[in-house]
Amino acid sequence: MTQILLAVGTDKGLFLGTSADRTTWSWSGPHLPMARVAAIGLDTRRSPLRILTGGRHEHWGPVVMHSDDLGRTWVEEERAALRFPDSADAAVAQVWQLQPGPPERPDEVWAGVEPAALFRSDDGGASFGLVRGLWDHPHRPTWMPGFGGLCLHTVLPHPEDPDEVLVGISTGGVYRTADGGATWAPSNTGIEARFQPDRYPEYGQCVHKVTRDSAEPSRLFLQNHGGVFTSTDDGNTWHLATDGLPADFGFGLVAHPFRAGTAFLFPLQADAHRLPPEGKARVYRTDDGGDTWVESGTGLPDSGFYSVVLRDAMAVDGVGSLDQPDQLGIYFGTRSGEVWGSTDEGRRWSRVTEHLPDVLCVRATVVPDGQR
Amino acid sequence: MTLVTVELPAALATAGTRGRFGVEIAAPSGLTTATTVADVLDVLALTHPVLERRLRDETGQVRRFVNLYVDGEDIRRTGGPATPVPDGAELLVVPSVAGG
Repeated sequence: MTQILLAVGTDKGLFLGTSADRTTWSWSGPHLPMARVAAIGLDTRRSPLRILTGGRHEHWGPVVMHSDDLGRTWVEEERAALRFPDSADAAVAQVWQLQPGPPERPDEVWAGVEPAALFRSDDGGASFGLVRGLWDHPHRPTWMPGFGGLCLHTVLPHPEDPDEVLVGISTGGVYRTADGGATWAPSNTGIEARFQPDRYPEYGQCVHKVTRDSAEPSRLFLQNHGGVFTSTDDGNTWHLATDGLPADFGFGLVAHPFRAGTAFLFPLQADAHRLPPEGKARVYRTDDGGDTWVESGTGLPDSGFYSVVLRDAMAVDGVGSLDQPDQLGIYFGTRSGEVWGSTDEGRRWSRVTEHLPDVLCVRATVVPDGQR
Repeated sequence: MTLVTVELPAALATAGTRGRFGVEIAAPSGLTTATTVADVLDVLALTHPVLERRLRDETGQVRRFVNLYVDGEDIRRTGGPATPVPDGAELLVVPSVAGG
């Protein structure tokens, strides 16, 4: 019997839901109580599955923990898993992203942190080392913090070339490496920066989220601080892709788990009005690589909805299950503590849970056989 | 040799140690300078690393919402991490009133 794990990182801890049918859920938590859990990585390359979490206690600073038994017990390494070396003269304020690497490197895990920096682990997340190639990049001192802090919030390893990695930084924009992290170059051609006189700079864009197409990995979707953009050439060039959207601001964005050219996002009215248009909770979907977007499905509140979906608060399970197209879930969490889900590719939505603290991060996966 | 008693709040008593315990700080050989709060934290970094990083970050900065008192005096008013810690002193850790 299939079991789904739904991990919800909130402002005051982590909540774990399990379900056999994506309809009835059992919950545990809060794990890491009172920690601001902004980063979750579900590493299904390992057996048993590893849950990686990055949290921050308001008083006690960042904490990185993992569990190999679906949250029954947690491990925090005696020596901090994630810290800047003395030579960097910097301190981790918040972990923003924990991203397992490609299957052929089963111990590789990437971490994005604030202040904007990238770390890599080669032991499954027990210890991380600073990626100096990006930290020493001459652009770095000129990156500026957005409202959420100067953070490296997105790490996308290329599934077909493990040396190729794309990162998103607010505000630095998109950077890519093709040599495993030794050298990096900005990759923002076509992405707008509306908040400064030069609207198309080499770098410095406030990129909110980037997601990679599950079936065609050279295709990327990007929610910007103003504008939604797509790329069909691994991020070399970007094109505005907002036809059909009611607004072009937002954070939450996720690709369909297996259908090419298909992604979901949650628009907000504008930079200066960060609320859903018309007070409606609405997910928008593209099936044509971002050329057009349409309202996705029914069941979401039609009025009086004034919450926000943050940049890592949309997730899918069922990645790679093309042979079982009815076996997938799409989820999003809100700052008002709700999680919504769809089991039919976004046609109908229902509330999975509510009354949680602010949802910062959602991740979901099918639990591999043998671990229940 | 300086013996210091560290007193922790309940929230930290699970960070790899109990709520009240003694720490011995050996004077560096040949030096006669007084033991400081930073010296105590350096020892904790070796003996109780999880606890130590709850109190200060990897640059050595005491965390913003962590208050440290040596014999009842807030170290922010007595020299910060350079505050002397006499033999037999108590280092009290108190979280600030913060958060929502």
